[in-house]
Formats: sequence, structure tokens, C-alpha cells
Amino acid sequence: MLSDDIQVRLHGVTRIYPAVEGGKAVHALGPLDLELREGEFFSVVGPSGCGKSTLLDVVAGLASPSSGSVTFEGRPVAGEVPDGIGVVFQEDASFPWLSSYDNAAFALRRAGLPEAEIRERVEHTLSFMGLLPFADAYPAQLSGGMRQRVCIARTLVTRPRLLLLDEPFGALDQQTRLLMGDELLALWRETGATVLLITHSLDEAALLSDRVGVMSARPGVFIDRVETGWARERDSRIVAEPAFGRVSGRIWEGLRDQSIKALESAR
Amino acid sequence: MHGAADVEPVVTAEAPPGPRSTALADTTLVIIAFVAIWQLASWIIGRDILPAPVATLRRLGAIMADEDFSRHAWETGRAFGTALVIALLGGLAIGLALGAHRLSGEVAEPILVALYSIPKITLYPVILLLFGLGISAKIAFGVIHGIIPVAIFTMNAVRSLRGVYFRAAKAMRLSPLQTAATIIIPATIPEIVSGFRLGFALTLLGTLIGEMFASQRGIGYMLVKAMETNDVLTVMALALLLITLATIASAILLSLDRKLHKRALPT
Repeated sequence: MLSDDIQVRLHGVTRIYPAVEGGKAVHALGPLDLELREGEFFSVVGPSGCGKSTLLDVVAGLASPSSGSVTFEGRPVAGEVPDGIGVVFQEDASFPWLSSYDNAAFALRRAGLPEAEIRERVEHTLSFMGLLPFADAYPAQLSGGMRQRVCIARTLVTRPRLLLLDEPFGALDQQTRLLMGDELLALWRETGATVLLITHSLDEAALLSDRVGVMSARPGVFIDRVETGWARERDSRIVAEPAFGRVSGRIWEGLRDQSIKALESAR
Repeated sequence: MHGAADVEPVVTAEAPPGPRSTALADTTLVIIAFVAIWQLASWIIGRDILPAPVATLRRLGAIMADEDFSRHAWETGRAFGTALVIALLGGLAIGLALGAHRLSGEVAEPILVALYSIPKITLYPVILLLFGLGISAKIAFGVIHGIIPVAIFTMNAVRSLRGVYFRAAKAMRLSPLQTAATIIIPATIPEIVSGFRLGFALTLLGTLIGEMFASQRGIGYMLVKAMETNDVLTVMALALLLITLATIASAILLSLDRKLHKRALPT
């Protein structure tokens, strides 16, 4: 399913936060270029505060670049989130007043789809994600991992062609993260969507991705791009393979200096 | 004088959420204990100062059988009902507006809190000059008591809404109106209902005080007339009536409040 068609193109993108009274302007990102191929799984790793989340906001259209251009499927992304892009946030964004089912159906209802179609899509997604037994449960009755699944389901039902994930498993424990990673790979294969994953875990990036972009300390630019060479059919068991050590070693090589730099500038 | 606020402990002594029958049994037990303490206190202090429960109930029956009573009750009910609707809707509108606009909220909050803490009775001459001696003055007095807590609760609820909800709304391409109707209001309803509970009690208090000082009709007027003639039995009977009504209303709102808060996430 991997093709050479470029779905997302960033050219010379920067993001500078203007100075607030008394302070200095913050150059958060870029200038950077990025091309995402249709259907690929691309992860971005980088030290804390390097502008990873800013990059996601810019690709999503949640924030505008200070300079440079962003296009999605050939059209410029400007001011609003284009149709075809779905975003899952690091924080729990499930709506506590709605059941899992109604959470998942939320965006489709706002879009005015017929109820029969909504039911079909929601039930399919919930069952694929193992959430069907919890369709009537409210977020307060679910664990953190389950709530994040609900958020992913809410995004997936809209059938995004590009799925943007901002450290969606950041709040979960290591075991749950690995299993959620497997689920994410299965989802990615089923939907055929392009995935852009922001993560601070280099293992997660090495395990899940076709390609990994390693970012520098602020202002974030790509200092390395690592092709993992994994087969499309893969899961978390590849952590046992020697190639996994090589890939994560290569990512860490670039990341180590940058992390030290980020730590020092934070002191 | 027994204000509506005196009612609270009776309500909170209610059973923890459990089977309906135990809640009912607990409530009955609380009422029996309340009556027993009342009877005991009456014996110790003396019937002339604190009339016994049976005598009070008998007097209440006599008052309610009197043809004048329905006129007075209707007058109070009309004033209170109108004041309540104005206080709740007005407070809601003010709270939503101030909550949505950060600067206005920051400027208005200390002013609202200051207004909340001054004894409103000092403003009564102004109210009387503005509205005259009729029902309008009582309504206005009820409104100024009830509107502020509703506004403060609503404003704080909107201000403390998690930013990720707004990001999610943007990512799902919702219009501002859709965001308000399907996210902001449902997300803040538990706090709004808490504000309504306080607003209900204080509006009743304000309306009654209004009737006590410049009125020829209403339950507040009956109360002050009985106080002037030192008719303790009538004062107790009317206080019992008000406490009972306020308790029932407060219990209904409280159970709604609990049901809504239970859905809130344990963060």
C-alpha cells in the first residue's frame, strides 16, 4: 500500500512565538522540510521542548507557520483543519458526559451523517478496537488506556487519510504502551491511512515506524531520518530482533547530544 | 429567623448513594432524630420560647386552612418564581459571557465577589426607590441575592474548561456555535447545577427578606407580623413550612448535581 505519492509537504516551515511583554520571541521550530508518503508510518522523536507538538499543530492546521508552506494532498493548509485529517491528542480529550458510543459518534453527528451510517461506522470501529463491550460505559468508568482508545475511535470513524497522533500513549504505563502500539499498527494496516506520530519514546518510534525523524533541541529541525526497513506486517515482538537494537541505537546517536543540549539550556 | 441556608445540614445528612430503600430509611431516621431533638429542646427551654413539634404542626394546619393563606402563598410564589427564573437565566448568561472572555472575567470576578459579600439589605432603600413598593421590588431583591452565585459558578466552570476540548473542537471542524452547544454547555452543566442550588436558596432568602421589610402581602409579611406580636408559634410554623419546601427542592437539585458530578473524570 506504500506508494511514492506525497501526501503532505512542508517547505521551509518555521514557527516563532511573538514576545510577550518583557520577554523574548521564542523560535520554536524550523526552518524544516518534510515529505510524508501516502500510507507511511512516520514518527518524530526529539528532546523535550523541541517543537514536536508545534510541528503537529502546523501540519494539522491548528497553528499557522510563521513562514514557509504546508500542503495536504496538494492543497495549502491554512487556518483550519482540512477534511481528511484526524488528530488524537496527548491529553485525554474524551467527553465525560457522553458514553463511549456517543463519544465515537460525536464528530459524525456534527457532520450530519444519517444515523444508520453512523451506527455502522461506530460499531465497526468500536469492535475493532475491543471497545464494543464498553459502548455504554462513560469515560469515568474506563481506565486511562481505554479512554485514549475512545479518543482514537472518535477520530477513526471520520476515516481520516492522515492520522496525527500527539504522544497519545504518553500517560500510559510501558506494558500498555507496547500493546497499544500493536493495536495502532493493526489500525494503520486496516485503514491504509498515513500516520504521523509524535513521541518522546525512541523505542516506540523504532518499533512502530517506517521512518523516524530525529529532531534537534529548540528550534527543532530534523538532524536525522532513519529508515527502519520493517515489513508492513509487524508487531511489538520485533523488540527481540537484533535489527531493533541497531535502529534504536542509530536514533539515540542523534538524539543523545540534542537531549543533553536541551537539558543544559533548561537549567 | 430560619433562612433557606439553614436547611443544608439536613440534606447533606442524607444517605450515601446506594439502594433507594436504604436512602429512604436514612432520611426517615434523620427526620425522626430532628423531631426528637426539637421536642426535647422544647421541654428543656420551655414551650413559650420554643413550641413543640405537634403544636407547631397544628398551627401550620390552621394557617394553611385560612383563606388568606393562599393569597399570601401565591404572592410569595409568584415573586420567588419570577425572581428565580431571572436570577438563573441572567446568572447563566453573565457567567458564560465572562467565562468566555478572559479579560472581562478577570476584571469582573473581584467585583462580583465583593457584591456577593456585602449585606444586600443595605441596598434595599435603593431598590425601593427604583421599583416602588409592589412585587417588582421583591423580585429585584430576590434576583440580586441569587444572580451572583450563579454567575460566579458558571464563569469559573467555563474558565476552568480543559483546553484540549477546544483543540478537539477545532480538529473536528466545529463552528463556534456547535462548540458552545455541544461541548461548552454539557461540560459545564455539573458546576452550573451547583450554582443553581445556591442561587435557588439565596433567591428564596432575598424574596422573603424583601417581603418582610416593605410589603403587605406574602409569607415574609406573615412572618414579620407574627414576629412583631411575639407570636412564636406562627413564626415556627411558617419557618417549618419554608424549611420543608426548601429542603425538598434542594434535595432534588442535589441528587441531580451528584448524578452529573459522578460522570466527571476522577482527575
